[in-house]
Amino acid sequence: MTTLIWLAFSYAQFALALACVFAAVRIALGPRAQDRVLGLDALYIATMLLFVVTGMRLGTPFLFEAALVIAVGGFVSTVALAKYLLRGEVIE
Amino acid sequence: MTALDTLPPWLVVPVALLLVLGSTLTLLGAFGLVHLKSFYDRLHAPTLGTSWGTAAVLLASTLAWSWGQDRVFVHELVIGIFVLVTTPVTLMLLGRAALQRDRAAGNLKDVGQKSAESWQNDK
Repeated sequence: MTTLIWLAFSYAQFALALACVFAAVRIALGPRAQDRVLGLDALYIATMLLFVVTGMRLGTPFLFEAALVIAVGGFVSTVALAKYLLRGEVIE
Repeated sequence: MTALDTLPPWLVVPVALLLVLGSTLTLLGAFGLVHLKSFYDRLHAPTLGTSWGTAAVLLASTLAWSWGQDRVFVHELVIGIFVLVTTPVTLMLLGRAALQRDRAAGNLKDVGQKSAESWQNDK
């Protein structure tokens, strides 16, 4: 059973890291600004999940709080960037 | 030696399955983000990760931590509810911003909407 949980955690960490790489590829390639913002949003989500999984594996509760901060920061930054793309300024 | 090594088999199986499900869905969503052709297609891809990707990983985390802490441990639900509520808001806003930028730039072919001139030509 320890082997099964080890395999599941290793697979999850590898898949989430690969998801981060794909999102970073979209940020680098993205033909227009909105593609890059979308890639940044996906990168935030994948990194947040990677923090949760790593926190479970290490048994520390601190990475959970880091994941919460990443979730909030990702929401605020994506909304600010989308508002900037929509209006040309963030706060009118 | 963490609490994970003391998980009983009836709990190891759902935790492992939920972890694999959530990370696979997130990976598929990120792959779609790279693979799909137009922005309006790509807008849908990361929602795989934000709906069941997040939910499955956080459910696995809730199960494992509840066993490790010997009590019901539902702190992950805060992240889950937050992501569930905010994802539609961000993606709607981003979609509207992209639509407005495409209209301003005049490239409406992947929006599926006709410009004023082509309406005139059709009549």
